[in-house]
This record gives sequence, C-alpha cells and structure tokens, in this order.
Amino acid sequence: MRVSALNRKLLRDLWGMKGQALAIASVVAAGVTMFVMYQSNFDSLYRSQRIFYEQQRFADVFASLKRAPLRLERRIAEIPGVSSVYTRVVADVVLDIPGLPEPARGRLVSLPARSRPLLNDIHLRSGRWPDPFRDNELLAGEAFFTAHRYKPGATISAIINGRRRVLTIVGSALSPEYVYSMPPGEMIPDDRRYGVFWMNRAALASAFDMEGGFNDVTLRLMPGASIEDVMARLDRLLEPYGGFGAIPRALQFSHWSLESELKQLRDFGFLIPLIFLGVAAFILNTAMTRALALQRQQIAALKALGYSNGELAWHYIKWALFIASIGAVAGVLAGAWLGRSMIVIYNQYFRFPVLDFRLSIGVTVIAVLQSLLIAALGAFSAVRRAVRIPPAEAMQPEPPARYSVSFSERLAFGRRLSNITRMVLRNVERHPARSSASIIGIALSVAILVMGFSMVDVMDILKQYLFSYIQRQNVTVTFAEPASSRALHEMRSLPGVLHVEPMRAVPARLRHGHRHRNVSVVGMRAAPRLNRVVDRSGRAVSLPPEGLVISRKLGEVLDIAAGDRVLLEVLEGSRPARFVNVSTLVDDFLGLSAFMEQDALHRLMREAGTLSGVYLQVQDSGASAISARLKRTPAVAGVSVTAAALRSFEDVMAQNMDVMILINVLFAGVIALGVVYNAARISLSERERELASLRVLGFTRGEISLVLLGELAMLTFLSLPAGVALGYGFTLAIMSSIESEVYRFPLIITPQAMARSALVVLIAAAISGLFVRRKLDRLDLVAVLKTRE
Amino acid sequence: MPNDKVFEARSITKVYNMGEVQVHALRGVDLDLEKSEFLVLLGPSGSGKSTFLNILGGLDVPTSGQVNYRGTEITAADEAALTEYRRRHVGFVFQFYNLIPSLTARENVALVTEISLDPMAPEDALALVGLSERVDHFPAQLSGGEQQRVAIARAIAKQPAVLLCDEPTGALDITTGIVVLEAIERVNRELGTTTVVITHNAAIASMADRVVRLADGHIASVETNEQRRSPRDLSW
Repeated sequence: MRVSALNRKLLRDLWGMKGQALAIASVVAAGVTMFVMYQSNFDSLYRSQRIFYEQQRFADVFASLKRAPLRLERRIAEIPGVSSVYTRVVADVVLDIPGLPEPARGRLVSLPARSRPLLNDIHLRSGRWPDPFRDNELLAGEAFFTAHRYKPGATISAIINGRRRVLTIVGSALSPEYVYSMPPGEMIPDDRRYGVFWMNRAALASAFDMEGGFNDVTLRLMPGASIEDVMARLDRLLEPYGGFGAIPRALQFSHWSLESELKQLRDFGFLIPLIFLGVAAFILNTAMTRALALQRQQIAALKALGYSNGELAWHYIKWALFIASIGAVAGVLAGAWLGRSMIVIYNQYFRFPVLDFRLSIGVTVIAVLQSLLIAALGAFSAVRRAVRIPPAEAMQPEPPARYSVSFSERLAFGRRLSNITRMVLRNVERHPARSSASIIGIALSVAILVMGFSMVDVMDILKQYLFSYIQRQNVTVTFAEPASSRALHEMRSLPGVLHVEPMRAVPARLRHGHRHRNVSVVGMRAAPRLNRVVDRSGRAVSLPPEGLVISRKLGEVLDIAAGDRVLLEVLEGSRPARFVNVSTLVDDFLGLSAFMEQDALHRLMREAGTLSGVYLQVQDSGASAISARLKRTPAVAGVSVTAAALRSFEDVMAQNMDVMILINVLFAGVIALGVVYNAARISLSERERELASLRVLGFTRGEISLVLLGELAMLTFLSLPAGVALGYGFTLAIMSSIESEVYRFPLIITPQAMARSALVVLIAAAISGLFVRRKLDRLDLVAVLKTRE
Repeated sequence: MPNDKVFEARSITKVYNMGEVQVHALRGVDLDLEKSEFLVLLGPSGSGKSTFLNILGGLDVPTSGQVNYRGTEITAADEAALTEYRRRHVGFVFQFYNLIPSLTARENVALVTEISLDPMAPEDALALVGLSERVDHFPAQLSGGEQQRVAIARAIAKQPAVLLCDEPTGALDITTGIVVLEAIERVNRELGTTTVVITHNAAIASMADRVVRLADGHIASVETNEQRRSPRDLSW
C-alpha cells in the first residue's frame, strides 16, 4: 500500500515528538485500562449473576419465622402476586472443625427429599447429592469446602439442637442466596469459620422439631406484582407464627453485596477513566498547540500548495487520533490483563458456577471510540486555531512573545528577585490558561493518590474502631435460645474467664410513620467495659436508663431525631409492641444498630435477667481452651473470637490494599509524569533559543536548567494544595457512593496520606525533570541560534 | 487579445492594521500579465512586492481593487475557491524554501502531485531542476540551493499556469543563485509557465521580459527588455 506524502509527514512528525506522544498515549492507556478493567468486570459479574439467578430460580422475597405449620404454605400461595412459594427449615449451628482452634459457625438449609428446591436451587460442584434415606449427609458451600481443602467424605461435628452430631460432607454446592457470605455480625468474609450447608429436610426437621412445619419461606412474584404489598400480607400471615419480617431481594445480604459491588464497578469505571481521559485531552491540547506553532510555516506552505483548511485540519487531527489509538490499544490489552487478575480476586469472594473474565466487543469498541473522541476534542481547538491563520500571515515568523512584569514581582519583594526567578515567574504568568491547566493536571494525580491512601487510612481507622474501641471482649458467645441469668454465672466460672458482661438481643421492627426497619435491639449495661457503643470519634456513649440509642443512619432511614418516639414491635416471644423514646443518635460506621440499657429492655420485654449471649474477657492463654470447651457446649449457638476476626480482617486488607495502592501509585504516577514531561517539553521547545542565548552569554548548564526546572517545580508545588483539595472531593464522592446501611466511612485525610501523595508526585516530576535536563545538556548552541524562528 | 491575459490587476490597495497604525502596503496598483511572460518585480523591502505576489497567488486578499485570473475575478472568491485556485493553477517558491522538513525531496514534490489533476512524475520535476541524484534526501541533508530547487520542482510539478517566486535567491550566494534562476528560466521557457520573480537585486532584472519597479506601494516604472539575458551572464 502506498502511503501518501502527507501521511508520511504525519508519521515522521510524530516520531519527532515521540517522547511527548508516548507520555500522552500512556495517560490515555491508563484511562482505557481502568475503563476496560472495571467495565468488563462489571459485565462479567453481571452476566454470571443474571444467568445464575435465572437458572437457580433466585427468590424475590425472603422471610424467616419461629415455626409455622406446612398448611400455611397454601395461604401464602394465595397472596395476590405470588407465583411460587418454597418453605424450608434453616438453622444456625456451632461447628467443631478438627484443626480449627475456635468454633466455626454453620447455617444448615433444608433440601426437599425427592425433588430439587423450587426456589434458590443449588448447583452441585463436586461429590453427590445427599442420600434421602440418610440423616447424616450434607453438602457444603464451596467457599467453606475449599477453604478447608475437603474431599467428599470428610466429616465435621455440629452441635444440633443441643446434641453433638457427626456429619459427612458428600459434596460441595453453590447457591444464588450465598454468592457472597459473611459470618453474621462480622464485616469480613471468613470462609474457614463460617459455612452454609444443605441437608435433607427430614433430618433437619427432626433435629430442630420442625416436622410438619417450616421456619423459612421464600417467594417468587409474578411480573408486575407489588413487592411491598406482598411483603405486608406475608408479614400479617406469619405474625402469629413468630415472623421476623419479610425482606425483599434488594436487602438480601448476598444480593445486596453483589449489587453494591456492581454499582461500585460501574461508578469507578465511569469516573476514573473520565479523569484520565480528561487529563489526556488537556495535555494533548497543549502539546498540539506547541507542535502546530512550530509548524506554522509548513502550514502556510501547504496552503500555498493548494491544501484546504479541511484537509490540513484532518491531517493534524490524525496526529491526535494516532496517539490516542496507540494508548487505546495498549489500554485495552493492559485492562484485559488487569481485569483478568481482578476476576481471580472476585472468584475468592463471589461464588458462581462460572465467573470468567470476558472482554466484550462492546467495552472494547466504546473504550477505543471514547479515547479517539476525547483526543479529537482535545486537539480540535489547537488545530482550528493553527489552520485558520491566513497563509500570508502564517508565512511570517511568529511575533515575539509578549511579556510583562509579573504579578508576583509587583509585590513588595519583587525587586529582590534574581533574573532567573523573574523569567520563571513571567513565563508561568504569561500562559495563565496553560499554567493552570498543568497545575490542574498534576493536582488530579495528587487527588487520585490522596483518595487511594485515604482508603488505606480509613481501613486502619475502621480496624481500630472495631477492634480497640468497640470490641474489647476476646470472645462473644451467643446462645441458641434466650437463657436465664444463671448462664452468666456459669460463664464466669469457666476457667480463664476474667470478666463477663451480659447481652440481650431482641429481634424487632422499628416503625416511624410509614417507614420501618427490622433490627436487633441490643440490651447492655449502661456503661459496659467490654462491648461498647462508640461514636466515630472513639468516644464511648453510655446508655440512658430509658429509651433507645440508635445509629444516626437508622435515624435517617426512619426519619427520626433525638427525642422522637418510635413504635418498637418485638418479633419474638409474646411480641409486645410499645412506643419508645429515641434518646440519642450515634454516629457510627457499621450497620443499623439500636441499643437499650439492659434493665429498660427487660422491662419492655416483661422479663427478668434474660440473656441472648455474653461478652467474655479471658486470660491470654485461656482463649483457646475456652473456645474449645464452648464449641462443645450445646446451648451455645455461636462463638466469635475477636482475635480471629481481627486476623481475617488484616488478611483481607493486606491482600486487597497492596494491589490497590500499587495500581494507584502506578497510574497516578503516569498522569504526573505525563503532565510534567509535556509541560517541560513545551517550555523547552519554546525557549530553546533563549536558553541557548543565555549559555552563549556565559550562563552555566545548571543556571539555565533552573529557568526550566524552576518553572516545573513551581507548577508542581502549586498543584499540591490544589490536589489535596481535589482529593478531598474525590474521597468524599467515593465515600458517599459507598455509604450504605451496612457501611459508612469516615472522611479523613491524614497528613501521612498527603505526604505520601506529594512524595509520589514529586518523584514523578523529578523523573520528568531529569529527562528534560538531559535534553538541555545536549543543547546545540550554534545550531539553535542559527535556526530561524 | 484578451484571452492572452493571465492576470489583470486593477487599483489594488492593501492596508494592514498594526494596532493603532495603519500600514499602506499597496496604494493602487494596476498591472496585466501575458501568457508565458517572465516578469521581475523589483523594489526595496517594504515596497509591497510580496503583498502583491501573495494577492496574485490567492494567499491574501486586497483591501480594495480587483484581480482577474483568465477572466475570473479571484478577489471575489471564497476560501474554498482560493484553495482550489492555488491547487490547480499556481506554483509558489519562497525565499526560505518552506520545504516540509520531515519529507524527502521526492516526497515534498509528491505532496503536490498527489493532489493535482495532471502532474509530472516527482522524479521528472526534480530532473528538470537537476536534482535526479538527490531525490531521497531530506531537506536538512541538502544545501540551500538544492533546497530551493526542490521547492521549484515542487511548484512546477503540477504544471501550473503561473509560477510565483518570492526572493528565490535571497538566501543564496551568487553561484547557487544562478543555478536556481536557471531552473526557473528553463521552466518558463520549456513549459511556457507565466513567471513572476520578486527580488530586490536589480541584476536579476535583465533576464526578464518585463521589469516592474515598486516603491512605497506604487508602480514606479515598467521597462521591457528587448533581449532576455541568460542567468549565466548575470553578475551581482
């Protein structure tokens, strides 16, 4: 194929500015990488989710209850809008896993004897289905199964309704209901200490006294049915049977987690590439403006030869498109590679039959097109300006640049500045648009870094909050059934126990006007030593003798302020419903919590000293002995060891944060490098003659470097405060996009985060400076002075 | 015979606004050019020669007055029509060559032949200016005279009706300048291209059919040479 002379010019001109072209292409590539990585992971997750939900008939409404007779099923099915009803027996148990010092927790879900589950069907991954005639066989959730490296045939012990049973795991399975799972009450998945299991309904029903009954129901709705209406009717039907309140799919934990991950991927995949491509467009614009100024006379000649404005504009726009295409192709490749590694991480947390990375044509095409479009936009104004100059005028050399005494010089200290400093100041001020664009560009990279480092700091703060301020107990024990105050004494008498505090948790629905939420109202001592109510600043909040203390977020959800009254409908026992005052709203980080002083709660429940669990402080050496003993104690439904939770928190953070920081530093570095290098190259090209003249006049290399590097340093330093401010904004945006009823993150930019961000950017700027300094050292004085401007 | 007139320029004025001062580059110039004529425009710098040439070539428009090219008024043409006019009919040669530095001699010529209707081969155009051996050299690898000859080859490769040269030897020494002038003269003679050469060097005038002197935006004098001298006989 013959390449036209104009296209050859294009290629050679680009080769001539390859450093800058590469810098711009890298920023485009970084943006495209992010876009492809996030969007294709979004696609992959979303596709897996949709297929899995469809194949396994994932339910629309979930409800659990104390116990209802099977005949209620028919009445549930008659609720208008319900298309299928599936009832189950679900029970939480303590597991004794050989080799695991602390007890694990398991959720047992029933399987019908002769058919597959009507809703929330499970997907067999290995082994076989349990034999319907055996009551000791079960399937384990794949996460738990692989975390323990089990093979079919492995056995575990479970405390089922007070009796220790040995169960055989005959295979592993996946369920749309537990794509993502977490031990109840914790905030990090822990596949070794928490698992979901499926076993024959008959066996489970007989173990938990559920023969002829059920304690869990899921529904699928007809298209167009009102979910609110169905849930209200279901709640009314289940109320006499100890219903804990229906929840829609949107609030089902696994689904909710998956959806928030998807939302985050979509938000990040839009916002972050936008920042990168915006920066790319800007540096492309400045680079093109300068390159076209250098081509002024070539443009005039081409016009004289008969090339039209349109042809020339297209010629120069092609520069931009070419640079962007290189970036886009590199970005698609890098994005596919990073996306593939990201999906490996997702596979550890989200359990699907298939969660493959797929680079869709759609994402690729959009990635390439948007980079081309943004590049063309970036180049457009530069090209238009250059091409529009009448040829006769363009033939003349560019008039000398107009300078004036800079603003900073006019300030009092102006007269004491050296000439070099004056040159730096005047040049920065002469191009206010370009200088501020450079500052914004560098500031954006500072901002990305600040955001990244802040996330790390937030995790540290959260860790401290959770494990130093709130949970001061070593062990949290929850009972299978509410116990009498005698349990407190029994726990205190266990060897190694130093201190015991009671905990009463009552499932309840808080109602204010038409708004309501199901929560667990936790009764504790007014000023407990172990598990405390702590606000964001780390201050312990003591519980008043009357009234509720609730999370501020719960207050927002229910639209209540301190002093308001809410209806508290208890969902267990005799289900009393009473109006209660909300005395305090606490700014906390996690969940929707409600606390009451224990005696106030007992009075409300008309009970004396009932316990749902205890917090223990034990001797360092005693924790494992106590947990070993507790995991064989029938009345205990769950044991959570603080140290183990802390360990898994740290493991997960270490794994994810390191990768995040690396990516962040790398990509923000690319921006800083690209912007600073570009600014430096442009300055150098504009001032080659000036600098060469200075050299001829006897200035040293170091001195003339100061003119150029001083300008870069000034831009970089000015960008630091701007970057921190922008970073604050980004962090705020990200935090509020993550904020939910489950998590809320503090917005704290620590001095360390600022210092680290500044350091990364300074290093990137210094590297760019070195490149330019090398060019300065090779400045050919005579040749430069001979060149006609 | 009106159809032998290539250009008819009438009352051409050009005023540049330089901030608060107005610069009158041309103050009413009337001039006709015949087909195949070799015209030299003489005058000191600032006399308006370049402005006049740019207006003839469609690179600039006069403030007032009219220029007809083969009976069509180019002073009324829009941007697109002027581009088309330059592309089809005019060859330009500049004092500083204005070659594209990133293209070889052949490619610089191809730049024009690729967008022309009936071009010569770039190699032929370069042969005409005596540069057959240097076709694959970049401008930076060529001497000033060679660069200017590439510019001439580039200008004539499209076989234009007019060749406009603005100080083609201004940046060259005598020997090199003569080689360049020979190339221009040869194009005028062999291809019959109407040629205008701007110079402030009076010695060049004797190779022209007609010599027009401009001073301060006016035509000061017009002389016709009975005998054109060969560039080789020039000296300055």
